Amino acid sequence: MNFASPAFWPPTTQEIVFLLLGVIAVGSAVLVVTTRQLVHAALWLVVSFGALAGGYLVLTAEFVAWVQILIYVGAIVVLLLFGIMLTRAPIGRSADLDSGNQIAALVVGVATAGVLVSVLVAGFRHAYMPLTPGAGAAKPLGSSIFRTWVLPFEALSVLLLAALIGAIVLSRTDIRGR
Amino acid sequence: MPSLNDFGHDPLWISIIKAVVIFVFLVLAVLFGVWTERKLISRMQHRYGPNRAGKFGLLQSVADGLKMGLKEDLTPSGVDKVLYLVAPLILVVPAFISYSIIPFGPVVSMFGVKTPLQLTDLPVAVLLVLAMASLGVYGIVLAGWASRSPYAILGGLRSTAQVISYEIAMGLSFVAVFLYAGTLSTSEIVAKQAGGGTLDIGSLTIPMPSWYAIQLIPSFLIYVLTMLGETNRVPFDLPEGEGELVAGFHTEYSSSLKFALIMMAEYVNVFVVSGLSITLFLGGWRAPWPISLWDGANHGWWPLLWFFIKLVIVFGFFVWVRAALPRVRYDQLMALGWKVLIPLNLVWILLVATFRALRVDKGPVVFTMLAIIVIGALAVYFYFDTANQRRREARAQEIQQDFETLADAPALGGFPVPPLDLPHYHGVHSSKEVTSGSN
Repeated sequence: MNFASPAFWPPTTQEIVFLLLGVIAVGSAVLVVTTRQLVHAALWLVVSFGALAGGYLVLTAEFVAWVQILIYVGAIVVLLLFGIMLTRAPIGRSADLDSGNQIAALVVGVATAGVLVSVLVAGFRHAYMPLTPGAGAAKPLGSSIFRTWVLPFEALSVLLLAALIGAIVLSRTDIRGR
Repeated sequence: MPSLNDFGHDPLWISIIKAVVIFVFLVLAVLFGVWTERKLISRMQHRYGPNRAGKFGLLQSVADGLKMGLKEDLTPSGVDKVLYLVAPLILVVPAFISYSIIPFGPVVSMFGVKTPLQLTDLPVAVLLVLAMASLGVYGIVLAGWASRSPYAILGGLRSTAQVISYEIAMGLSFVAVFLYAGTLSTSEIVAKQAGGGTLDIGSLTIPMPSWYAIQLIPSFLIYVLTMLGETNRVPFDLPEGEGELVAGFHTEYSSSLKFALIMMAEYVNVFVVSGLSITLFLGGWRAPWPISLWDGANHGWWPLLWFFIKLVIVFGFFVWVRAALPRVRYDQLMALGWKVLIPLNLVWILLVATFRALRVDKGPVVFTMLAIIVIGALAVYFYFDTANQRRREARAQEIQQDFETLADAPALGGFPVPPLDLPHYHGVHSSKEVTSGSN
C-alpha cells in the first residue's frame, strides 16, 4: 500500500461510477427504513445490496461481487420476502410501521456511521492500492483465504455450524428436554 | 481455442452484432421451441398437435404472440401497479443476460475481425449465471405478490422455495466441474473438455472420455434433476399446479404481452440451463466423438451446428420428461432437494476433492485424514441412529397404549366416533341399497 496518492481532480470514470454507486447504496438504505410499504422495504434492500455489488465490480473484485448478488440478493432478501409474505404482506401503505425506538435508533445509526467514517479516514486516508484486473477472480481469493487466512475462516465456519445446529434444535418440537 | 485473453478486445460494433444475434436466436428459439414442444408431446400422446397455422402448424406460436399483443391488457384492481408491470421484466432480463457467457464456438473471423463466438467471458462466468438465476426469482415472487390473489401468492411462494432449494444443489453440482477444470470461465471449461487425458494403471494406459458428463457422472445426473427443478418444469412444475393453483404465480397475468414475457422467460430459462449443461458437461460446442475424427470439425463456423444439435437434443429431453412423468408432491420435491441431492452432492465433492489431492501430492496424509473423517461420520451416524431408534420405539409404545385405552371406550379420545360394528361390515346389506345398473 501507500503508493503516491493520485490527484483527485479530474476524477476518473471509475471514481465517478464508484461514487454514484455509493450514493445509490446509501440512498436506498435510507429508503429501506423510511418507506411505508413493507415489501418495498425489502426491495430497496435489494437495490442497496446490488449497488454494493456494483462497487465491488468497480474495484475489480468480481468473485465477491457475484457472490454478493448470489447470497445477499438471491438468498437472504428472498428469505426475508418469504417471511413477510407468509405472515403479513399488505399491498399499499401500512400505518403502524414506525417503531417506538425511532430516535434512539437514529442516534445509534449516526454514531456508528460517524465512528466508521472517522476510523477509515484516519487510518486509510493516504492508502492506495493499484487495481489490477483479474486480482479478484476465484484463484487469488481462494489461495489467500485458504493459505493466509485459513484460521479465521475455519473459526467462522465452526461458529456458523454451531448457529445452524442451534437453530435446528430450537425449532424442533419433538426433541424433549432431559 | 479461445481463452480468457481473447475476450475484451472486440470493437463495439462486433459486440453489438453478437448481442443482437443472441437475442434474435433466443426469441426465435422460444417461438419454435414452443412449437417443437407442442408437436413432439402431441406425437408422444398420439395426437396431431397444432397443424392449422402455416405448414405443419409452424406459425402457431407467431399467431399466439400476435393474439397476445392485440388483446386487451387487463390490470386487476388493487394490485401494486409498478411491481405488477416490472415483475415480468425482472423475470425475462436476467434470463437473456445469462446467455452472454455461453460459448457457441471457437475464434472465427467475423467481417475481418478475429473474435470468439461468445459475447463475453469472465473469470467467474458460471457464477454470473447462478446470480442471474437468483435474480429471476424476484420476478416470480413479485409477480405472485403484486397480483393480489391467493393462488398467485401461493404459487409464487412455492416457486421461490423450490428455485432457491434447487439452486443450492445446482451450484454444488458445478463444484466437481470446477475442481476438474480448475477454472470458472465457460470458454476454458469447454477447452478443458477437448482431450480426456489418460489414466495410468501400472503399465496400462487407458484413454479417458473427455466430457465431464461421463467423467463426473454423479454431478451430471444431479444437475439434470436440478435443471428440471430450477426451471419449474415437469415433474417439478408445482408452482403452476393447475389442479390446485389455477396457474400459479401468473394467474392474474391473464392474456397480454406481460403473459407472453413470462412464457418467454420460462423458455429462455430452459435454454439457459440446457446451454449450461452443454457447456459444463457435454463438451460445449466441440463435436461429439465420431464427427471429431474429422479435423475440420472444431474449426470455423461448424461448432455452431454441433452446439445447436446438442441444444435440440437437450430440449427434446425436457419434452420427453414432460410427456413421460407425472408431477411429484410438494413435500417429495423438497425432501428430494434437501435430503437427497444436497448430501449426495457434498459426499461426491469430498470424494472428488480427495482424488484430486491424492493425484497432486501428500497422498498418505490426505488418505489418513479421509479415513478419520469417514470413521467419525460413521460414529456420529450410529449414535443418532440408536437415539432415533429409541425415540421411535417410545412413540410406537405410546400409540399402542392409546389404542388399548380407546378400544374399550372410543369416545374417550375426544372425537365423536361412529359405532364400529355396523351390520354392513359383515356383509348384511339393507334392502334399500340400489346396485348400479339395475335401474
